[in-house]
Amino acid sequence: MKKYNVKTAISYPKIGAMGKTGTWRIFKPILDKNKCIKCLRCWVFCPETAIKRVDNSVEIDYDYCKGCGVCANVCPVKAITMVKEER
Amino acid sequence: MKTVIDTGNYIAARAALMAKPKVVAAYPITPQTTIVEGIAKYVENGELDAEYICVESEHSAMSACIGAAATGVRTFTATSAHGLLLMHEMLHWAALARLPIVMCNVNRAIGPGWNIWCDENDSIAQRDTGWLQFYCSSNQEVFDTVIQAYKIAENEKVLLPAMVNLGGFILSHTSLPVKVPEQKEIDEFLPPYKPKWRLDVNNPITHGNIIFPDDYYRIRYDMQLAQNNSKKIIKEVAKEWKEKFGTYHGDLVEVYKCDNADLVILAMGAIGAEAKVAVDKMQREGLKVGLLRIRVLRPFPDEEIIRIAKQCNKLLVIDRNISVGNEGALASETRACLKDRVEDANVYGFIAGLGGKDVTYNDIEKMCKMVINKKAGRIEWYGLG
Repeated sequence: MKKYNVKTAISYPKIGAMGKTGTWRIFKPILDKNKCIKCLRCWVFCPETAIKRVDNSVEIDYDYCKGCGVCANVCPVKAITMVKEER
Repeated sequence: MKTVIDTGNYIAARAALMAKPKVVAAYPITPQTTIVEGIAKYVENGELDAEYICVESEHSAMSACIGAAATGVRTFTATSAHGLLLMHEMLHWAALARLPIVMCNVNRAIGPGWNIWCDENDSIAQRDTGWLQFYCSSNQEVFDTVIQAYKIAENEKVLLPAMVNLGGFILSHTSLPVKVPEQKEIDEFLPPYKPKWRLDVNNPITHGNIIFPDDYYRIRYDMQLAQNNSKKIIKEVAKEWKEKFGTYHGDLVEVYKCDNADLVILAMGAIGAEAKVAVDKMQREGLKVGLLRIRVLRPFPDEEIIRIAKQCNKLLVIDRNISVGNEGALASETRACLKDRVEDANVYGFIAGLGGKDVTYNDIEKMCKMVINKKAGRIEWYGLG
């Protein structure tokens, strides 16, 4: 990756630069793979890129999912439900 | 090299054309409109290979220039008065992003009451944004400064946006002869822009991400260093231009007949040109009056002002702006830079020409005589009537 020598606010791609942001989560998305139609809307819309494409389906990376619920909202078949975290 | 006769605005458009920006984003506003109108025509008839973005406001115009410049291309825009004020947030952004955008601002009064005439309060209100600020006194200077501004702004020791100011109507709509070099000569003087950072899908980065206090403090400091560095670059570029094309308007300042002067006028923009006529007239009468025309307000030419103040003991500062509640911006900055550095410097601040009120060489002569005859106070509102 090319780095720039200019003093302005530039950041470079890195997984987990802010630590494991999944600990911020209040609600946890649970994917029901039986309902999932693999339309990938959740993968497109996840603002944290915490939904990964795995074997023609998707998986949620709970290390970094902040529980915003966008995926559950955009799912056309309600395959994702938001469940309160118990800690 | 050919000589053309045209208005300050069409000359600014021609200079922008010859600098070959790839993106121009603009919104019309009097008295700037004919600059971007001129550029629109160049794009339409194929003379300029650029993306011309018609935006819905000046805030968007600057945002579009920032986005385009961040992808690594040369950009241009122009505005005036309320348009510049609407851009204010994005002016800070452009400077902190270290994007060498060049913009013409046609100095115009701010309403209410609605007034489209020359007044420098619009650009003075942007002093703290980090932009380099040039003030032109002729159409030739407008042409030369727009091209020079790119070279200065894009210098890796500077990397700051630059604002080229010209007086509403006094220059913007007045035709004057201007020497225009060949495109080939401009291309040699101003090579294609090589960005020092850019947004690139093949090398993804985020710009404008969160930045913690220590780093933020550091990038602000670096902007200050860049402004300081630009002083040397402005001088070098003005010198190079003079050697190549023969025209010269000073660097940070233009020193006009200051040898043996007891009283030196400090003025910006077109009043600086008018003041030359006044100086010539008074010198013929035997009065020891000179002119220090402030061509660049940011970076502030403190060393040049100190040098003049050490040589004469009276400085008459004409401000076509007012920092309401204090005084004219140039007067207060002049006082601040002289304090503790030059003994016995007397600074007389004159507020004049607000809202396009005429400031003729006769007026400037009267101001000088008020100072010479000890009739001038610390701050004078000239011609209140």
